[in-house]
Amino acid sequence: MAEFRECPDSGFYFHKSAESLMKINAVTGVVALLVAGLLAIGVILTRWQEVHWLPADKFYMVLTGHGINALIFWIIFFEMAILHFAASTLLRCRLATPRWAWAGYFLMLIGAIMNNVAVFSGNSSVMMTSYVPMQAEPHFYLGLILFAVGALIQVFVFFGTLVVAQQEKTYEGSVPLVTFGAITAAIIAVFTIASGAIILIPTFLWSIGYISHIDAEMYRVIWWGLGHSSQQINVSAHVSVWYLLAGILFGAKPMSEKVSRFAFLLYIFFLQLASAHHILVDPGISTEWKIFNTSYAMYLAVLASMIHGLTVPGAIEVAQRKKGLTKGLYEWLRKAPWGNPVFSGMFISLVTFGFIGGITGVVMGTEQINLIIHNTIYVPAHFHATVVTGTTLAFMALTYLLIPVLFRRQMILPWVAKMQPYVFGGGMTIMILFMLGAGTLGVSRRHWDMDFAGALMAFEYPAIAYTLMAVGAIGGLLGILGGGMYLLVTVGSLLFGKKLEPSAGFLESFVGKALDPSVYSVKKPDLLAMAPKEEEEHTSGFEAPGTFGLAMLLLVTFVVYYFINWKYLASVWPLG
Amino acid sequence: MTSFLPPAERIWWKVPVGRQELIWIAIALTWCIIMFLMMPIWHVYGKQNLSTEAYQTTPAKFGAKVEEMVSQYKVGEEAGVPIVEPPVGSDVYMLGRLWQWYPVLKLKKDQEYRLHLSSMDWQHGWSLQPDNINLQIVPGYDMVLKITPDKAGEYGVVCNEYCGIGHHTMVGKIYVEE
Ligand code: HEM
Ligand SMILES: [Cu+2]
Ligand SMILES: [Cu+2]
Repeated sequence: MAEFRECPDSGFYFHKSAESLMKINAVTGVVALLVAGLLAIGVILTRWQEVHWLPADKFYMVLTGHGINALIFWIIFFEMAILHFAASTLLRCRLATPRWAWAGYFLMLIGAIMNNVAVFSGNSSVMMTSYVPMQAEPHFYLGLILFAVGALIQVFVFFGTLVVAQQEKTYEGSVPLVTFGAITAAIIAVFTIASGAIILIPTFLWSIGYISHIDAEMYRVIWWGLGHSSQQINVSAHVSVWYLLAGILFGAKPMSEKVSRFAFLLYIFFLQLASAHHILVDPGISTEWKIFNTSYAMYLAVLASMIHGLTVPGAIEVAQRKKGLTKGLYEWLRKAPWGNPVFSGMFISLVTFGFIGGITGVVMGTEQINLIIHNTIYVPAHFHATVVTGTTLAFMALTYLLIPVLFRRQMILPWVAKMQPYVFGGGMTIMILFMLGAGTLGVSRRHWDMDFAGALMAFEYPAIAYTLMAVGAIGGLLGILGGGMYLLVTVGSLLFGKKLEPSAGFLESFVGKALDPSVYSVKKPDLLAMAPKEEEEHTSGFEAPGTFGLAMLLLVTFVVYYFINWKYLASVWPLG
Repeated sequence: MTSFLPPAERIWWKVPVGRQELIWIAIALTWCIIMFLMMPIWHVYGKQNLSTEAYQTTPAKFGAKVEEMVSQYKVGEEAGVPIVEPPVGSDVYMLGRLWQWYPVLKLKKDQEYRLHLSSMDWQHGWSLQPDNINLQIVPGYDMVLKITPDKAGEYGVVCNEYCGIGHHTMVGKIYVEE
């Protein structure tokens, strides 16, 4: 039976079951993003002190829901779609055990709904970290556990598909770099979910009374084994997306397969160890372990990101120069397709992730500097640069590609799509920068009231902190607008976009309605051949000098900002 | 076109790496090593290092020590919370509980104290403002650090780990006198 369709626009082959699963995972993810985005309105309009919209109980409930729906449900559902794409589509292979994949999907869905029900019942406002001994309702934890098990099943289907591809010899040579990156993400996911199970299952048992006590510090150490490494899944996934989009948009070829793959391997080796930077100011954690963990473990992962940060734009530059855009250092960049949201989204993601997310992450993850940053609003500002303008924007850029290729719809409102990465990326960047500032002044995260209404004792933040939060909030609202534009274009295109032929249809492809047999007409795609060899051009100079300039700019910013923070640290009370 | 195609060379790991990448890797690695060295260096030359001294405790035990200090060195009261002025160099205690930092401390500038911190219930965040020193306060652990307040004035202790509906009312005080 023929089960593949060839996309006439992109040349990709889609296996029927894999296609349905990609669609359903991606769409469910986008729904979670919608929920998270709506909740972000409540978060931002409350943290804008002059507006201070929600009452305290609602604020904490909304913030819990925002964090979980955005960080866990949106990103992980979407990543499942990416995994299936990287294995089945890129390797031209049938999906292994589609039924299991569906079972995994439904477990995730049930888990996500269950957790949301717990949160919105109002008795589980424990934030996504759910630190013990504050207790949520049992189905809060159970929902997360089911979600994790479901994700694990889909990850194993991904591995199964790789095995099938190898056995059925659907490709020549080694797996493509993008698939390699996805494998990295999947391996880290297994580790992550294992940590999650180790801590969440006892916590669930505790919430229903089977276990009387969970040590709060032990919880933190293990929880961050989950919380930290899950972020590395995101990094691996969005770096893979960068490579993919660079390849599709520019025909860019990795500058060196060896270097890029080695950098991915560094993620596997080191990132998962690096959870100590979340517990740098906790009681009784040994100095040696903290230093080992933040340097050896974290910095080698940082090194990996710095490598990707050079090789991704470098590959684009090389490809652009080959096309003749060789004037000066930056003609290749100036003449890049800035009006194409696939490119602008990807590039803004790359820059904000590196310049803001990366630098602030390393700075606050420094053993001693964490003292002046821990739990301030600086922390959410940092990770909005990593998971929002970094991961989320990369995934948004990918969506613009998937609408025609996977969903076979023409994008509606292209001018909205064109502006979207700028509005979203720009708005969030404003929010991030100003909240980094407010955090530096000590403004607390997860905090309902900067004025401390009702407190027995008074403390006042400097007036400038209020201004920073207000401007940040305006940036946040812009970001929410950008998120709305994304949802408008994607959902609108799926519903109303012109159908591209041949099309599997959206609903048909997963409710089992009879499919037009002409759509899936390919029995077995041709062998995926190795990339064509290119003639070696030996130049004595740099292949991508413009990128090197950008990399040096990053380094200088990094060094300056890093030492400024040491200086700031030196001004606080001596302690030891 | 190869990011999503199998590499052009079957033995891709033998393809030599370009000069530009090698230089960047060398620079980045050097920077990582410098950042690594900064931490031990600060332990030797810097003044802000978190001690690792901590003991397992219980709310009852820790609470008793706090009360003992309060009864010995109480010098006043603020908003119903005792103000305590313990001797220079002594062990001073502050506990976090829903939703209060207890007691208020009065310390001498440029003198060292051994500060003990713990929580009676949930996790809290000890955020000394405006100096901006932030510590995680975990129930069951008595965290001990030597502090040397080096600026006189009135400090707020904000709770910056979410601890329930009254989290924002959890503000404590430390006075530092010349
Ligand atoms: C679109 C606009 C968004 C805005 C305006 C926004 C705003 C915020 C703000 C201001 C906070 C901090 C609140 C506080 O600590 O008091 C926050 C927390 C958070 N946000 Fe967002 N956010 C947005 C999108 C996202 C996205 C897309 C993600 C994930 C991919 C995300 C993940 C999180 C997480 C994990 C937290 C932490 C929750 C916690 O402390 O438990 N946000 N958001
Ligand atoms: Cu508290
Ligand atoms: Cu609190």
